[in-house]
Amino acid sequence: MTSPESGVLHVAIVSAPIDVAALLSRAQAPGVGAVSLFLGTVRDLNDGRPVSGMEYEAYAPMAVSELRAIAEETCGRIDGLRLVVEHRVGTLAIGEASVAIIAAHAHRAQAMDAARDVIETLKQRVPIWKREHYLSGDREWIDPTKVRA
Amino acid sequence: MSISVLLFASYADAFGARQLEVPLEAPCQVADLVRVIRTMPGGDRLPAAPLVAVNRTWVPEATAVNVGDEIALIPPVAGG
Repeated sequence: MTSPESGVLHVAIVSAPIDVAALLSRAQAPGVGAVSLFLGTVRDLNDGRPVSGMEYEAYAPMAVSELRAIAEETCGRIDGLRLVVEHRVGTLAIGEASVAIIAAHAHRAQAMDAARDVIETLKQRVPIWKREHYLSGDREWIDPTKVRA
Repeated sequence: MSISVLLFASYADAFGARQLEVPLEAPCQVADLVRVIRTMPGGDRLPAAPLVAVNRTWVPEATAVNVGDEIALIPPVAGG
C-alpha cells in the first residue's frame, strides 16, 4: 500500500491496545528524518491518591471528526508533516497507553512541535472523558476545569 | 416536538441514562433545551451552560434545534 507524501495518515478511536510499532511504521517514509512519538499512559497516582486503572469513554463519531480536524489543521500549518493519531477507550491498566500521536517530518523541530500541538489541542476539544479507579474502590470522572481541593 | 439528547460520562451518571427524550415547543434553541433538561430528575447536576454539540459540531447556545438533529450534552472533556 502506498501512502501519501504528507498529511493525515491515520486517525482512530480504538478499544484494543494501541500497537505503537504498527503506528510508527505507518508514519515512516523515505523523506522522513525525524519521528516524534507522544504516548499518554495511565499512572498509578493522581493528586496523591493511589490509582488502580483508568476508564475512557468517547463520543466516538464526534471524537474522530474533531481529532481529524485537529490533525488537518496541524498539517495545514506545517508543510510536509505526516501525522498518525490514535486514542483508546475502555478500561486501561497502569502503564497502558491511552493516546498515541506520531508526527514525522524531514526535520525534528516540526515533528516535535506538531506532536505537542496535537496533544494540547486534543485535551481542549475532543469529546473524550476519563474516570479514575482508585485503590480504595472509588471511581471519579476527571474534570480538568475544576481545581481540586 | 420531542428532541433526543445524547449523554456521556458524568452527565449519563447524573440522569442514569445515556439518552433523554425532551419535550419542547418549536421553534427552540439550545439554551431552551438546556433549561428544560435542568428541570428533569438529575438536572440539578448540570451546569447552567454545559457544552453542547449539534450534529457533531460545537455550537453556541443561541443555535436552533430541530427534530432529527443529533444533540449531545458534553461534560468537560478530559482526553489524553
